[in-house]
Amino acid sequence: MPVRPHTALRWLAPVFAVGLTFLPGCFTNKQHQGERLYVQHCSGCHGEQGQGLGTLIPPLAGSDYLAQHREQLGCIIRQGLRGPIVVNGVRYNQQMLGVQDTATHKHLSPAQITNLLNYLESHWGNRPGPAGPRTIAETQAQLRACGER
Amino acid sequence: MMLKSILRRGTLPLLAGAALLLASCQEEPRRLPILGERDVRENPKGGPADTIFATVPAFQAHDQNGKLVTNQSFTGQVYLTDFFFATCPGICPKMNGELLKVYQKFGQTPGLNFVSFTIDPDHDSLAVLRDYAQRLGAPTDANWRFVRTSKDSVFTLARGLYTAAMPDKAAPGGFAHNGTFALVDDKGYVRGLYDSLNPTQVQALFEDLPVLLAEVKERQKKS
Repeated sequence: MPVRPHTALRWLAPVFAVGLTFLPGCFTNKQHQGERLYVQHCSGCHGEQGQGLGTLIPPLAGSDYLAQHREQLGCIIRQGLRGPIVVNGVRYNQQMLGVQDTATHKHLSPAQITNLLNYLESHWGNRPGPAGPRTIAETQAQLRACGER
Repeated sequence: MMLKSILRRGTLPLLAGAALLLASCQEEPRRLPILGERDVRENPKGGPADTIFATVPAFQAHDQNGKLVTNQSFTGQVYLTDFFFATCPGICPKMNGELLKVYQKFGQTPGLNFVSFTIDPDHDSLAVLRDYAQRLGAPTDANWRFVRTSKDSVFTLARGLYTAAMPDKAAPGGFAHNGTFALVDDKGYVRGLYDSLNPTQVQALFEDLPVLLAEVKERQKKS
């Protein structure tokens, strides 16, 4: 016997109700983890909009360096950077601390670094690479390549 | 008749009373406190004792253009200080970035100076300071001096300006320090201390600066 529509509704209602109670789980703050990590770890020097600071601190906004050094970014966040670099045609030479070097910032997991980089690479005029947003596996491979886990 | 005379006689005192009331409504202008150590000395002539407030320790330094900078350079003027070093990978960019914001708003005010002391005089030569100032985007040859003095002198000075600064091998860049801005008045008294890493305190500085500048202007008008 075919199920009449109103009977189906009666059936589905409790299912919906149960489903609704799980919905908030889909809206955790994790979605904005990249942005929150940026504000917490990076914005002090690189600026709230990734604009950098004079010619002391390079910009992340519209940065050719990000596009050209995609493979190294995971390790730069972890280990920092020393020595001169050129960003958008301007030479910078200020030591950058890696998150591992600072007492307050401590350790970022491969997943956190992935979210942070995906945030950087999709804001302020930056575009993700041709393969699309980063995956955690990609970050893990990058970190292994520079002796990290 | 009677009423009229009361009115006539009462008008003047009434008006005077109203004027007094109105005057009392006018708020006293806000004044910044004098911060730091104080000493109370008995007045030899009798009467109330004198309170002696600590002033900024004497210093002698050179700025990014090689000009001598001492306490006397700012006599009768207000100045704002911070302590940094050029290779500082930690809080300095943020701190000097905040000072740059203050400079962008108040930098053109006559009688206001900005002084950034390096706590790493071994590395930060005047040429390094000049380069740093340019890279930061601070105007050259103006009222923002990036200065270098002896190591002993700069750490004494930091203490006198309530800024924690000391060599520390474990700290990023080799120095442990905090991001205090100290606001000094025309007589060398510290009138405000602000943590540059705390947006609320930086906002307080934006509000305090005009208050102090007005007080100094008022004082100079009187003398």
